[in-house]
Amino acid sequence: MRLTRRNEFLLKLASGATLAFIYLPLLVILIYAFNSTNTQVWPPDGLTTKWFGEAFDNSGARDAFLLSIEAAALATAVAIVLGTLASMAVARYRFFGRETISFLVILPIALPGIVTGVALNTSFTQILGMELSLFTIIVGHATFCIVVVYNNVVARLRRVSGSFEEASADLGATPWTTFRRVTLPSMRTALVAGALLAFGLSFDEIIVTTFTAGAGEQTLPIWILTNFSRPAQLPIVNVVAVLVVLISIVPVYLANRLSRDVGGAAPTRGGAAGAVAAEGTAIP
Amino acid sequence: MEATGLGAPKPRRSAGHRLADLFHGRPRLQAGTLLAGPVGWLVIGYLGSLAILLIASFWSLGELSGEVERSFTLDNFKTIVEDSVYRTVTLRTVGIAAAVTVTDALLALPLAFYMAKVARPSRQSLLVVAVLVPLWSSYLVKAFAWRTILSEEGILNWALDPLGLSGPGYGTLAVWLVMSYIWLPYMIIPIYAGFDRIPDSVLSASDDLGAKAWMTFRRVIWPLVFPAIVAGSIFTFSLTLGDFIAPTLVSSTQFIGTVVKSTITTNLPLAAAYSVVPILIMIIYLLIARRLGAFEHV
Repeated sequence: MRLTRRNEFLLKLASGATLAFIYLPLLVILIYAFNSTNTQVWPPDGLTTKWFGEAFDNSGARDAFLLSIEAAALATAVAIVLGTLASMAVARYRFFGRETISFLVILPIALPGIVTGVALNTSFTQILGMELSLFTIIVGHATFCIVVVYNNVVARLRRVSGSFEEASADLGATPWTTFRRVTLPSMRTALVAGALLAFGLSFDEIIVTTFTAGAGEQTLPIWILTNFSRPAQLPIVNVVAVLVVLISIVPVYLANRLSRDVGGAAPTRGGAAGAVAAEGTAIP
Repeated sequence: MEATGLGAPKPRRSAGHRLADLFHGRPRLQAGTLLAGPVGWLVIGYLGSLAILLIASFWSLGELSGEVERSFTLDNFKTIVEDSVYRTVTLRTVGIAAAVTVTDALLALPLAFYMAKVARPSRQSLLVVAVLVPLWSSYLVKAFAWRTILSEEGILNWALDPLGLSGPGYGTLAVWLVMSYIWLPYMIIPIYAGFDRIPDSVLSASDDLGAKAWMTFRRVIWPLVFPAIVAGSIFTFSLTLGDFIAPTLVSSTQFIGTVVKSTITTNLPLAAAYSVVPILIMIIYLLIARRLGAFEHV
């Protein structure tokens, strides 16, 4: 589109300002991770890397980190199985209520996190009489992670013709062989991308987690939240915050790469469509 | 291939093949088997929990025991509607969700337009990643960053001090700022996709017919991109509506989320009833959004 010089300048200025607004706060946290004192004053007195060592030695942070990894890995495993099954049914069959499946899958993240949290909390504690534990965290996380796997895989399956599977069945392969030798290879990168995003989503989640975690279970975000207000812990919180950002960014970067090299779609469009599909599913 | 007579003995079939025979030519059975797990999980596990939430909202606390009593009463809802504290909190939460949504739309429009229509293709994909990375990076860390920035001795006051100004400090204004920041990428991506779908030829046509930039925006671009804005607004609105962490970090103001969070341990039925409010608001919002054509854009 043709823009006058002045309009193009204004547009660039506004875009640049918005990008700066998005990135500056993350930069501030990055700088504070190297802050030499344990007060959060700007500008920092000096820079040091000593807090990184202390953060690794901090047993509370380390336990929380390991618990987060465990919860995210197991929730992702459940989401992979359920998300893949649902996407195969929706992409390959026609049945009554097919449109409803997409809605059902997206509901746990379309509703405010607090609703999901309170609903699960009430069911676990009041109806099932369960103690909140790692298991309840995983159930909660898996519920809203299904959609990430589902969206990625269903988009892929819709692009790949189902006739390969029919051919395989006609040649006498069992459904399991067809799945293993035909369906799985064609959706592998989408599945891995979905799994990475699910892992990142679960790793950071805090709202649903506060309602489904027992008193003894501290995931990394919950550890950060409880240590915000302790001045002595603040430098370590800064370091952990930077690590959390890095750990949640790497899966997104990899997932973006994986969903881009697919089925001849133009890079930006394919990337954007994959991103939006994945994005639709992001939750704080 | 050698023809096998009718009387020939059937070859021994593996369990897998016998199972395959069972499913062969029965698409309904196949789809049903695939769906049993995920639909079971989501209907029994998730919708079931929502149903229990709804039921629990009619329970009450025993006056003497303080224990949850499973009897039917409308008292919780009466409290929410009649008590002015709850009414104020509800209105404030909806107000801030609306303010955040409008702010994000205003910030997202120029950037998304630049990404989709002005930037060179190579830079375009870079920009998409640049917006996606902060979207996925930790929500908590972003809220924490703002708590630091807005603090008395934080970077904002430091930067504004030479101008004789000071930042908003902690409070409702800070909540608006932080929420607008955190949910902004959720608005940028759908609007970017919306712009990306508008063919360049449409814009050139408007140009050729003599329309100025503003006219093209108002008469051509806006109607085409509006559903995408509504799609983005579903996220910004819903996410702000249920948040309770960012408000606690940068203010002491009460919102629906903070009230539910603090009530759930003391009065679970009341907390359940109050969390029905955002559900109802979102149902109304989604119905309006569907009318405006947003669902083709999510």
